[in-house]
Amino acid sequence: MMGDIVTVVVWLLLLSGGFFMVTGSLGMVRLPDVFTRMHAAGMVDTMGAGLTLAGLCVYSLHDGTGLVAVRLVLVLGFLWFTSPIATHAVAKAALSGGTTPYTVGDARLRAGQAGAGPDGAGEGRTGAAPDSTRKAPAEDERGRGDR
Amino acid sequence: MNRAPWLWAILFALWLVLSWHFTPLFLFFGVVTCSIAVLVVTRMGILDRESLPLHLAWRAAAYVPWLVWEIFKSNVRVARIILSPRIRVDPSIVHFQASQRTDLGRFIYANSITLTPGTVTTGIVGDDFEVHAIVQEEIDGSEENTMNRRVARLEGEAG
Repeated sequence: MMGDIVTVVVWLLLLSGGFFMVTGSLGMVRLPDVFTRMHAAGMVDTMGAGLTLAGLCVYSLHDGTGLVAVRLVLVLGFLWFTSPIATHAVAKAALSGGTTPYTVGDARLRAGQAGAGPDGAGEGRTGAAPDSTRKAPAEDERGRGDR
Repeated sequence: MNRAPWLWAILFALWLVLSWHFTPLFLFFGVVTCSIAVLVVTRMGILDRESLPLHLAWRAAAYVPWLVWEIFKSNVRVARIILSPRIRVDPSIVHFQASQRTDLGRFIYANSITLTPGTVTTGIVGDDFEVHAIVQEEIDGSEENTMNRRVARLEGEAG
């Protein structure tokens, strides 16, 4: 009985961790520029890794001595200390490389949003295939990086 | 307060948890390794309030659960943006004054901002924070102020 509850809790935690990882990865593809994509990447290593490790913790507390749980908490601690620094380094590098973040009312942002609809809803208005519209921001960034 | 023994104790505890071998040989290796590490750090003169903030330990125990809850809430908000059929973002970079007095407090605040998805600290000059937000609401709301206040409280009076 107790084992069943633990199994359900572990599954729920692992699945929700996986959900945030998949959503974060999807966000890295769907969001328009490097800065907004950083937020999606942040999801993967905060809640994605966090919930997954929490699930493993519960499993090891029930099925082992709990020593593994302590180590997993350490893993999460190191991850949560280091990942913002990595994110900050990416942001800093993008800014010094001359990339300007998309802001409200930006034409690039509107183009990206129109192409982002999976149902191709933006297709009619922009008059371009969704694939080419979605690629546009990335090419744009590269072009400005060279300048 | 002499921090060297504290650092040694923390490092050795970490060694024990990670190795979990209690044979004399492994304990000896642990003692030697931790001692060398503490020696190097002491000689470099970088062992201070900033590198080993023991005075924050108790207040951090209250701050961390709150931060985890904030991280969870903002994760759900960003997930909703990503999963909506049409992506609606209005990203912006905002500047504001943080109320922490020490570099350590600012470091904790900046990392807390970056750790919550939806907001990333892109630069700090003095107490001026430059933060990129994926949607306006992430930065306008009172939650940013709450975090600012909580980190200022975490940092304590002594500075």
